Amino acid sequence: MRNLIDISDLSIKEIDALIKVAKDIKKNPNKYNEKCKNKILGTLFFEPSTRTRLSFESAMIRLGGQVLGFSESSSSSVSKGESVSDTIRVVGGYCDIIAMRHPKEGAPLVASNKTIVPIINAGDGGHNHPTQTLTDLLTISIEKKKLNNLTIGLCGDLKFGRTIHSLITAMSRYKNIKFILISPEELKLPEYTKTEVLDKNHIPYVETTDIEEYMNELDILYMTRVQKERFFNEADYVRLKDYYILNKDKLVNAKKDLCIMHPLPRVNEIATDVDDDPRACYFKQAEYGVFIRMALIMKMLEIK
Amino acid sequence: MNIDSIKNGYVLDHITAGKAMKIYELLELNKLECQIAIITNARSNKYGRKDMIKIDKLIDIDLDIIGYIDPRTTICIVKNDKIIEKKTLSKPKELINVVSCKNPRCITSVERSLDQVFILKENDKYRCKYCETILEQE
Repeated sequence: MRNLIDISDLSIKEIDALIKVAKDIKKNPNKYNEKCKNKILGTLFFEPSTRTRLSFESAMIRLGGQVLGFSESSSSSVSKGESVSDTIRVVGGYCDIIAMRHPKEGAPLVASNKTIVPIINAGDGGHNHPTQTLTDLLTISIEKKKLNNLTIGLCGDLKFGRTIHSLITAMSRYKNIKFILISPEELKLPEYTKTEVLDKNHIPYVETTDIEEYMNELDILYMTRVQKERFFNEADYVRLKDYYILNKDKLVNAKKDLCIMHPLPRVNEIATDVDDDPRACYFKQAEYGVFIRMALIMKMLEIK
Repeated sequence: MNIDSIKNGYVLDHITAGKAMKIYELLELNKLECQIAIITNARSNKYGRKDMIKIDKLIDIDLDIIGYIDPRTTICIVKNDKIIEKKTLSKPKELINVVSCKNPRCITSVERSLDQVFILKENDKYRCKYCETILEQE
């Protein structure tokens, strides 16, 4: 595997191997602290991101490597009108591997065609975010100790939420998965994801607008933020942004071993009174993102 | 209604009624100086109604465009008043620079010199190679 553009670029076998390495990194971090010595990660963030960029940087530093890059397009040549292709051709000469976030969908694919340096898609618009999905899979694997036989509730923006689309694609390859799709009518999962992923793989799902309706059945509740940047119309955003707010009261009927996840940043969709609940896994999830990115960087640089 | 037969050129036949103008437009036949006949709503034993296009010159035709608009179309190549070849079409696996991606968030909307590429998927729909937006066919 030369690039990671879409989670489907990885087979289940490869994902399982990455999860295994990530778990070992979590257990024995010192074993890995010089694995990427003398290697440089380029973090090209054409769109601001705190978590993903910092977790990539933390991952490379913990592997003994170094990092260069920019955190928004205004601090790069893009602000002077440089194309993605030209930026990548140049930066490809400065580093050994690139993690790239771009607001335009498909930009990492364009980049991957312009350099021999491995490209990791760190999010492209509302399209894909494969390393978030790897983080989610590692979190599920650690917290639930399995990736099969799960009922997963996905709540919030299922229309534009790239983490949702990638997670559905990834989980659809595991056995006995059922999805509960919780969203306002306007933010329902796109038809093509239902037909091309869920129906095609015979994955059962139900759609509801009520977050509490299936709460007692869920093994995982994956909350998402309604993202302002995905809306062209401010009024629609304002109307939908606080549609779901998960709080302690709504968890009354939930299973004792429910795993509550969120890709973060959280705004209002999870009340802070849930943070101390042992079922809240979202901060651990963010931490696990570093371990899986360490495993991924090593794999892509072919370091054992 | 009589339209002269052609000596050297193409007859695009069995076009779904109403699609001839779209083919004319995408093949940019308006840029040719030769005679072109567009026949719409002609009677067809097989389909009831059909469109036809006759081009009175042997030019380079992008069959992918016709296959994309209407794979039912048949193409007769005429040389010295005789049909020397009859081609049937299927939907092309890839469309390159035939149509543009309508997704304003797609990288093709801003990146210079990037081909517009659509790939035919299992469900017989085209998706943008970059952003995977489904191409809604007219």
